[in-house]
Amino acid sequence: MPDINWSQQLLNGLFAGSAYALFAVGYTLIFGVLDILNLAHQAIYMLGAFCALVLVTGNVAGLGPLPGGMQLPFWLATLLAMLVAGLLGILLDRLAFAPLRKRPDTHFSGMISSIAVALIFEALATWLFLPQRSQFPAGTIRPGAVTLGQGALSYSRVLVIVAALVLVVLLTVLLRFTKLGKAIRAVAENPKAARLLGINVEAIYSFSFFLSSALGGAAGIFYGLAVSRLDPTMGRSVELKGLAVIILGGMGSVPGAVLGGYLLGLTEVLSVALTNTSNYRDAIAFVLLFLILVLRPSGLLGARRVREA
Amino acid sequence: MFGESVRQLMAINALLALSIYLTLACGQLSLANAAFMGIGAYLGAVLTLNAGWPFWAVIVAAVIVPMLVAVLVGLPSLRLRGVFLAIATLGLGEVLRVVIVNLRATGGAEGISSIPVKTHDWHLALALAVALYLTWRLRGSRMGYAFEAIREDETVARTMGINTTRYKLIAFVLSAALAGLAGVLKAHLFRAITPGDYGFVQAVDILTFAVVGGSASFLGPALGAVLLTALPELLRSNVLRDVVNFEAGWQTLFLNGVILLLVILFLPNGLVSLFTRQWRRPTPLASEPATVEAT
Repeated sequence: MPDINWSQQLLNGLFAGSAYALFAVGYTLIFGVLDILNLAHQAIYMLGAFCALVLVTGNVAGLGPLPGGMQLPFWLATLLAMLVAGLLGILLDRLAFAPLRKRPDTHFSGMISSIAVALIFEALATWLFLPQRSQFPAGTIRPGAVTLGQGALSYSRVLVIVAALVLVVLLTVLLRFTKLGKAIRAVAENPKAARLLGINVEAIYSFSFFLSSALGGAAGIFYGLAVSRLDPTMGRSVELKGLAVIILGGMGSVPGAVLGGYLLGLTEVLSVALTNTSNYRDAIAFVLLFLILVLRPSGLLGARRVREA
Repeated sequence: MFGESVRQLMAINALLALSIYLTLACGQLSLANAAFMGIGAYLGAVLTLNAGWPFWAVIVAAVIVPMLVAVLVGLPSLRLRGVFLAIATLGLGEVLRVVIVNLRATGGAEGISSIPVKTHDWHLALALAVALYLTWRLRGSRMGYAFEAIREDETVARTMGINTTRYKLIAFVLSAALAGLAGVLKAHLFRAITPGDYGFVQAVDILTFAVVGGSASFLGPALGAVLLTALPELLRSNVLRDVVNFEAGWQTLFLNGVILLLVILFLPNGLVSLFTRQWRRPTPLASEPATVEAT
C-alpha cells in the first residue's frame, strides 16, 4: 500500500466534490422542475466564468477594453456575473424550452434545442473571449494556502468549498422555507395542479432557470479561478460528470446532487491515491453512472418512480 | 463542386446518420453511435497495422465486434427509456475513451497515425448503397412495423404481442454495425485516429445529422449528413467569401447551432419534410410514454 497523505487527499476530494456539487445542484433543479435535461447548463457555467473575468480585468479578449476601463473587485464581479448568468438562463428557457413545452416530444426536442443553444453560446464565447486558455489575473485572490494536518489547500480552492457550502445552504433554505420555494416544489410536483392553485407556472419556470443558471455561473467562476483555466470548452468535461452526479444522487433531488458530488469527488481522489495513477479516474464517474442507471434508476436519494422519458 | 475528401466525408457521415436512424426509428434515443464508431476504427487500425489482416477481413471484424458489444451493453440498458438511455449510452462512450487512452495497442492519447489508405470510393459507395437499401426496405417490412409501433408507444406495442426487447436490441445491434463500418472506413481513409474523435462531440454531430434532416424517413438523416458536411465548404466557397469572412472556426459552430435550433423549433420533421408532405403531424423523435397525470 502506498504511503498516502490522508489529509491532503481529503482536502483534494472536498475541493473536487464541492465543484461537482455546485455545478450539479443547478442542473438537477431544472430536471426536477421541468423533467428536462438541460445540456446548455455547461455553456452557462462557462459564460458565467468569462463574464466575471471581463468585469475583473475590464477587457474582452476578442474585442478590446470595456468603455470606461472599469475594473471591479472580485466579489462584486462574481455577484454581477451570477446575475448575468441567471438572465442568460431565462433567455435560454425562452429560446430553447418555452416554445416546445406543448409539444408531445418536449423532452427530446428540449434536450436537442438545449444542445443547439450550447453550440451557439460556445461559438459566441470563442469569438468574444478567443479559443485559448485565459485566467484571472494574479492577485485576484490572496495567494497562499490553508494547512490542515499534513495537507494544504490554496485559498482559491478553499473558496470553492466555502462557496459551494454557502450557496447550497441558501438554495435549500429558499426551497424549503420560502413561499417561492414552495411554489417551485409545487410546480415540480404537478404543474397543472399548481396552476389551479393560482401559481404563475411560467414565472416559476423562468425563476427556476434564473436560479439554476446563477448557480451554474458561480460554479464556473470559482472553479475557473481555482484551477486558473478558462476556455470556451471548459464546460464540456464537467457536463458529463455532472450528469453522473445527478444520476447518482437521484435526478431532481438537490440534496442528492450534493451527496453525489462529494461522493464522486472523494471516490476519484481515493482511486488516484490507491492505484497511484490517474489513468482510470475519469472512467469512475461513468461506470458509477451506468451501474446506478441499471441497478437503481432512482438514484441514492431520488423519489422512487419509474424512470421514463 | 466539392473536393474529394469532402465527398468521402459526406458518405461516411451519411452512414453514421443512417446508423442513428435505425435506433430512432425504433424510438430509442441512443447516443452510443460514436462509441461504436470508435470501436470499429480502433479495432480496424490495430488489425491492419499489427496483425496484417487483409482489408475485407478487417471490415468484417470492425462490423461484428461492435455488434457483440451492442448485445452486451444493450441487454441491461435498453430497459431505460428516453433521456435515461441517452445518458447511459453517453457514459458508454466516455468509458470507451478512457479505456482507449490507457491501452498500449491503441497509442494512448495521441492515437494511431499513418494507417494505410485502403478505403476506396467504391467501398464507400457500396457501403452506402447497402445501408440505404436496407433502411429503405425496413419500411413496410414486419420489422419496420414493429419498430414503428414501439416508437409510437412501447407499452401498446408490447400489449399487441410485439417482443419489444428483441426488436429494440435488433435496432441497437444493426445501428452498431453501421457505426463500426463507418468507423473502420474513415480510419483507413483519413489515416489518423485519436480517442477524442469518438466522444460527446461526435455523438452530438451524428444526432444533429438525423434531427436536421428529419428522422421520420431514412432519407432525412442521409440528407442532413450531406448538407451539414457540405456547409463549412459552402461557407468557404468563393460566392460567399466576398459577403462574409468565414476564416475563423467559430462561425461554423454558430451556424450549426442556429440551424439545429431553427429546425427543432419550426420543422420538427426535419428538412426532408420540406419536400414530402409530412408536416401534418410532428412525428415524435422517440417514444414518450403517454403522460399520465396524477390526480
